[in-house]
Amino acid sequence: MQVNETFTPTIVAFCCNWCSYAGADLSGTNRLSYPANVKIIRIPCSCRLNPMFILRAFQRGADGVILCGCHPGDCHYTTGNYYARRRMTLLFSMLDYLGIEKERTRVEWVSAAEGAKFAATMNDFAATVTKLGKNKRLEDLRCTK
Amino acid sequence: MHEMIKAKAIELLESGCVNRVLGWKAGEFFYDLTPAVFTTREEIERDFVYSVFSAANLSKYLIAESRKEGKVAAFLKPCDSYSFQQLLKEHRIWRDNVYVVGIACDGMCDMDVIRDKGVKGVTAVHQDGENLKLETLYGTATMPKSDALPERCVHCKSHKVVVFDEMLGENGEENPDSGRFDEVERIEAMTPDERFAFWRKELSRCIRCNACRNVCPACSCEKCVFDNDKSGVAQKAAASDFEENNFHIIRAFHVASRCTDCGECSRVCPQKIPLHLLNRKFIRDINELYGTYQAGADMDTKPPLMDFTKGDAEPSVVYGRGGKQ
Repeated sequence: MQVNETFTPTIVAFCCNWCSYAGADLSGTNRLSYPANVKIIRIPCSCRLNPMFILRAFQRGADGVILCGCHPGDCHYTTGNYYARRRMTLLFSMLDYLGIEKERTRVEWVSAAEGAKFAATMNDFAATVTKLGKNKRLEDLRCTK
Repeated sequence: MHEMIKAKAIELLESGCVNRVLGWKAGEFFYDLTPAVFTTREEIERDFVYSVFSAANLSKYLIAESRKEGKVAAFLKPCDSYSFQQLLKEHRIWRDNVYVVGIACDGMCDMDVIRDKGVKGVTAVHQDGENLKLETLYGTATMPKSDALPERCVHCKSHKVVVFDEMLGENGEENPDSGRFDEVERIEAMTPDERFAFWRKELSRCIRCNACRNVCPACSCEKCVFDNDKSGVAQKAAASDFEENNFHIIRAFHVASRCTDCGECSRVCPQKIPLHLLNRKFIRDINELYGTYQAGADMDTKPPLMDFTKGDAEPSVVYGRGGKQ
């Protein structure tokens, strides 16, 4: 029997409730397509994203994790995304330091009006992660099996 | 120095200034000094030890000690004083209940380093100026003290006690050119695969004893995120050799911008994992991206992760760096 070998990555997108989640909604109502393997998790603000969430997603078999939030300056809670920006910068740098492919993580600012940007970002990110292949380095068999 | 500190401990106790003293006593071995609380003169005379192995950072114990009845005296070395001030800043220690005696420090020796230099069967170590006199089962030996220092003391960031009520010995200076980021830079210059291989080799030895977390003065939460029996990894042996990465990344991240770089995590690690290199990476990134910052050096500045500016670098700055490709 022939097995279809095409690799479809699992991508987790953390989207801020006020901008990016609405942006994803807009891209849907505009009938723009983005890969079905992007799993969106809604969070109240990009700074709700605990670095642990990213690592846990990888541990449990995600191949790429992307954080989408309001543009800096537009945060619903005024300053949340500024804090998130510092945290994510340091976390990504640390992952890079440990030799994890840095392209597996990304932060993108998507407003509620940028449905097209949301779809384009997801398509691009999915293509990047597909090229990288399966996430082996951060997977934890204790959680997945 | 040993006699001076002991006399000071007795003096503080007998004058009624404090009702107990936090110091060190011998543990299982003479080079394995353990933090201890002394309440009587007899105890101090019998058990109190200050030697080249008094490396343990006493500041974390003050979180609990300062909440008890009466005042406690504590001996703090420069590293410990940074941790102490950082904890004060976080309102974790009740300052009024602590009498801090600052002690000058020119590095704390490590028995493993002495053994690595080829001296075996050491039964006693005495400091004699710049040198160490070692008594061993096979006779006596001498070595320069600088040869017996662990990495954190070789690249000492500061000889300055930043907060004290009283100072024993001469207070030192900060040392900005300590070269403490040399090793981090060396790792950064590797290719991603080399870096991964390096860290996999180091972290594969982790036995998750949690000693690094328990000893860290910055890790002072009452309830820790890792004490979670629903995590899916609790009570399970690691299935591959990099699976403890989550613990180590998050441990370092939780203390990022509050870590004073005292190096206790690496000192207590039974598997000799260079954990301080993870913390130093964060310190180095913070210095580079958000301006030089030393946790615990003062009482007023905001830790960089509790602060921001509108012009901060975007996370994509990481894509542009990271060694050879």
